[in-house]
Amino acid sequence: MDPVLLVASIMVSATPILLAAIGEMVVEKSGVLNLGVEGMMIVGAVMGFAIAVTTGSPVLGFLGAAVASAVLSLSFGLLTQYLLSNQVATGLGLTLVGLGLSALIGSNYEGQRAPSLAKLDIPGLGGIPVLGPMLFAHDFVVYLSLALVAAVWAFLKYTRAGLILRAVGEDHESAHALGYKVVRVRMLAIAFGGACAGLGGAYVSLVRVPQWTEGMTAGAGWIALAIVVFASWRPLGVLIGAYLFGGVSVIQLNLQAAGTTVPVELLSMSPYLITIIVLVIISARGAHGAPGSLGRPFHAAS
Amino acid sequence: MADTLLSIRGLTKAYPGVVANDDVSFDIMKSEIHALLGENGAGKSTLVKMIFGLVKPDKGEMVLDGVAYAPGKPSDARLSGVAMVFQHFSLFDALDVAENVALGMETPPPMRDLARQIREVSENYGLPLDPFRVVGTLSAGERQRVEIIRCLLQNPRLLIMDEPTSVLTPQEVEILFQTLNQLKSEGTSILYISHKLEEIRTLCDEATILRLGKNVGTCTPREVTARQMAEMMVGASFATPEPKAGEKGEVLLKCDHLSMPAPGAFGTPLREISLEVRAGEVLGIGGVAGNGQDELLMALSGERLAPKGTIWFKGRDVSRDGPIRRRDAGLLSGPEERLGHAAAPNMSLTENAVLTAARRKRLVNNGFIDWGKAKGFAEEVIARFDVRTPGPGVAARALSGGNLQKYVVGREILQAPDVFVVNQPTWGVDAAAAAAIRQALLDLAAKGAAIVCISQDLDELMEISDRFGALNEGRLSPTRPVAELDIEKIGLMMGGAHDMEVAHADG
Amino acid sequence: MIRLEKRPNPSRLWTGLTPILAVLLTMVVGGFMFALLGKPPLEAIRTIFWDPLFHPQFAGYSRPQLLVKAGPLILIAIGLSVGFRAGIWNIGAEGQYIMGAVCGAAVGLAFYPAETVLLFPLMVIAGALGGWAWAMIPAFLKTRFGTNEILVSLMLVYVAENILASASAGWLRNPEGMGFPGSRNFKQWASVYNDELVINTGMHWGVVAAFIAVIAAYVLMARHIQGFNIRLTGEAPRAAKFSGVSPARIIFLCLGISGALAGMAGLFEVTGPAGQISIDFGSGYGFTAIIVAFLGRLNPFGILLAGLLMALTYIGGELAQLMLGLPGASIQLFQGMLLFFLLATDVFTNYRIRLTGREVA
Repeated sequence: MDPVLLVASIMVSATPILLAAIGEMVVEKSGVLNLGVEGMMIVGAVMGFAIAVTTGSPVLGFLGAAVASAVLSLSFGLLTQYLLSNQVATGLGLTLVGLGLSALIGSNYEGQRAPSLAKLDIPGLGGIPVLGPMLFAHDFVVYLSLALVAAVWAFLKYTRAGLILRAVGEDHESAHALGYKVVRVRMLAIAFGGACAGLGGAYVSLVRVPQWTEGMTAGAGWIALAIVVFASWRPLGVLIGAYLFGGVSVIQLNLQAAGTTVPVELLSMSPYLITIIVLVIISARGAHGAPGSLGRPFHAAS
Repeated sequence: MADTLLSIRGLTKAYPGVVANDDVSFDIMKSEIHALLGENGAGKSTLVKMIFGLVKPDKGEMVLDGVAYAPGKPSDARLSGVAMVFQHFSLFDALDVAENVALGMETPPPMRDLARQIREVSENYGLPLDPFRVVGTLSAGERQRVEIIRCLLQNPRLLIMDEPTSVLTPQEVEILFQTLNQLKSEGTSILYISHKLEEIRTLCDEATILRLGKNVGTCTPREVTARQMAEMMVGASFATPEPKAGEKGEVLLKCDHLSMPAPGAFGTPLREISLEVRAGEVLGIGGVAGNGQDELLMALSGERLAPKGTIWFKGRDVSRDGPIRRRDAGLLSGPEERLGHAAAPNMSLTENAVLTAARRKRLVNNGFIDWGKAKGFAEEVIARFDVRTPGPGVAARALSGGNLQKYVVGREILQAPDVFVVNQPTWGVDAAAAAAIRQALLDLAAKGAAIVCISQDLDELMEISDRFGALNEGRLSPTRPVAELDIEKIGLMMGGAHDMEVAHADG
Repeated sequence: MIRLEKRPNPSRLWTGLTPILAVLLTMVVGGFMFALLGKPPLEAIRTIFWDPLFHPQFAGYSRPQLLVKAGPLILIAIGLSVGFRAGIWNIGAEGQYIMGAVCGAAVGLAFYPAETVLLFPLMVIAGALGGWAWAMIPAFLKTRFGTNEILVSLMLVYVAENILASASAGWLRNPEGMGFPGSRNFKQWASVYNDELVINTGMHWGVVAAFIAVIAAYVLMARHIQGFNIRLTGEAPRAAKFSGVSPARIIFLCLGISGALAGMAGLFEVTGPAGQISIDFGSGYGFTAIIVAFLGRLNPFGILLAGLLMALTYIGGELAQLMLGLPGASIQLFQGMLLFFLLATDVFTNYRIRLTGREVA
């Protein structure tokens, strides 16, 4: 197998999950558990695809996907932050709504092909042998996702807003007592998470596949959730997790294509099995830095 | 009056049904440590909240350094140079010291400068603290330092401290007092809230005493005795505990070198705890909060199983029995936290009766709950312990703290335990309900039960206990008859210096 | 300013009222959605909610379908509701449903073509065990390692789907099927065919099991100490431990019950309405049942009604697809919206809405 192609395809395969996971990590850092990543991704996938096909511009597609999923995620925010609904149930509901909504919107777009997204030609770097085509011949979203990881890391570590976001996620009562607007911070985080999931979904339908089929995210949103746990809520961990997972998917697909003696079904279930195994290893290791208020409802008494 | 920093004139604040502060006036001088003294419920915290801008007074006014002062919110108070260290800190366990300090400031400097400032202040005032330590790993005393440094970085003119020593070891108290004296010498005034008389005598220049919301007098603590202050505070001559008469029965509960690891990252391990309680006897266990009280209760209730051979009930090893088997045997318990631990907040009182009384009161037949019988038992608890509630169908969280406390204590007592272990039985309960609960415990002991009462209220322990021991960092001092004790000896036991105390007694 | 004030007791009135309100809201918003799609909204609503039961031409076919669809939904939702009450989020019922069907079918096919009355009960047990075992994986991992049961049970759905694919194309494939994927058809095997018990009612053994499950769950949750312990664990985990309830036992119990019921539902489906193990056997019942459980307020009789309502939207949706050309996916969205509106209106159950002019100190 060509290692250049392998690394390049791992990067493509990891990008959607990386985008969704880094967004969800920010949401969870603010103390909110949004289990609707899958729903937001699939809506991003269909909206991105529909807009790109209609306008002929994949960039507009990505933009539209981010906006659409952010809006959708705000419905989750409205329910959990203002109407104080159960976060687990609402997240599941978001996924179910997203799946239905995407299937409805997408029914007219089945079988079409997405306009292709130009690869960035980075002067100088793209020409380097081996490394050039491996690392520097991707579309802008791949680099955007990597930049986003770095940005989130710097935001959480160095900015006051990042500090406030972490404080809200650690202990919303104390943050409230110090005068911080818990609900507002969380709504912003939720919208950011939605936008990221939308970008990730659009990457699946516009670059990875690239066409629209119902339910095409196939659990990627759930795997993004697992990666946040795997990463112990750290941006670098999210990057590693997403690329590991991308690697597993690419390798199993290549093995399927190569026609090994291993049953196809075993190969296709391997990413999910590996996710479970990784989760077990992580949780067995014990204390792993989950934000203190994660998933707990907040209601300011006065 | 050039030396007056804060002048309080006729502050009054009423809540529905209670006047928390009634026409309170006093002055705090510059460079003075001023004590605010009073029992629980005397109105100290309401007064302080008005000074800090958390509560608006109904009447009265304040003058700060010659200027009218009426803070609308805590940030107003901070801008005027008033800072406050709360009894319960709003700190974030997972963040480091510098981040916590930054979150409490209006306009913090960049992190690196802040860390430097924290180091400077902590060195200047003898409060060693690493700005990059994670707060969750700090002791209660170190956590308090974070709050103090947060206040000091804003160069306050008046520093309010609410019961600061309740979470400190004696050594830490000494360090704190040095710091406060240094601040005073630099011109800062301190309003020091406490009900501990001896420390006020050592530290404070002036004291204002509140009783039932009224200022009942001012004194210079060094010139009066602790007893005189106590009498002003209580409003009656101070009753010293009477030695309890009567023969005690056989040993019902015994702990034999009980050691257990801490239950979580922020818990306390139990270390070599040994105790005995006899029938008819009340054993009081005191100590500063967070020294293993919760952990001891969970070990005795069976929520956490103890190592074999460490807990004996009526001569039988029950260390490995869970709560159900211990209850069956007659060993009952009442945890400190009413909502969420002793009772399920959203469940009705009837359902909360089933929580612990299912088997002893035979509320369950072949696995099926007899709801009629459960309701009957809940009603009995309500009637016998004067629980104010519309009925047993009401959710536990709808009850006031005192009423729920009466309910959960009554629920155990009416099951006629042979041994009853209870943690903070009257915490946050009004005086009448507290007296009723204490009486119920004494009555239970009079019927031949053994009682272990864990409490942070020393007066309570002195009133009802036959013997007393203190927890310190998960260790229990040797227990001694209450009749032999005085405040000094108790202080030493709570400080973990029981060996010294024995040497002292022998010499 | 609008403020929420926590009620001292959850409102009984609103507990019953919110599902109705949610259905009405869904109809209104759904109507708008249909209008946007260019379909007559009122007619679409009528087609979904009324015609399956009362349309002169179609009702004869649709009415029995009501129980056929409601049976598995109720059976699975009852199991899920027990876990949800304890705060244990099994969202992988779809996987347990599939594994129940695969295991039950495999046991049955091992005896092909035996004709004995014992075989069907044996398959039911195998189906329940299959679902139970599949649910024991997250239960074990949660109690042993503290692994999140939501993610594990969900991942196992994808694993189960692959096992289903391999069974259908490989080891359970009909040897007489001329190479087509799919197992033998149980409808042609008298001893194991889970046929209608009463003609034209849709009532098969799965529906009977669902009704029994409703009553059993009611008795468990309302009368039995284990049900009390389950509720207590969900309401106040520390109080449950103080009471003497073992959290691990509750996890095994709840996941076990929901897994076994989902597995049973799968077996009744594969031997009845579906007829065979095939690659598209997984129909999403396991996910829709989550909606049913919440819509029924986690109350067994509520779930019974919610299951029937949800079945109605399935059938009505098919009908609307046929008659109005409404996209099939709109029903999925319709169901999702129902859950969303329910969660939104639920705020009235636990909170009072207060309009306040002044700030309270």
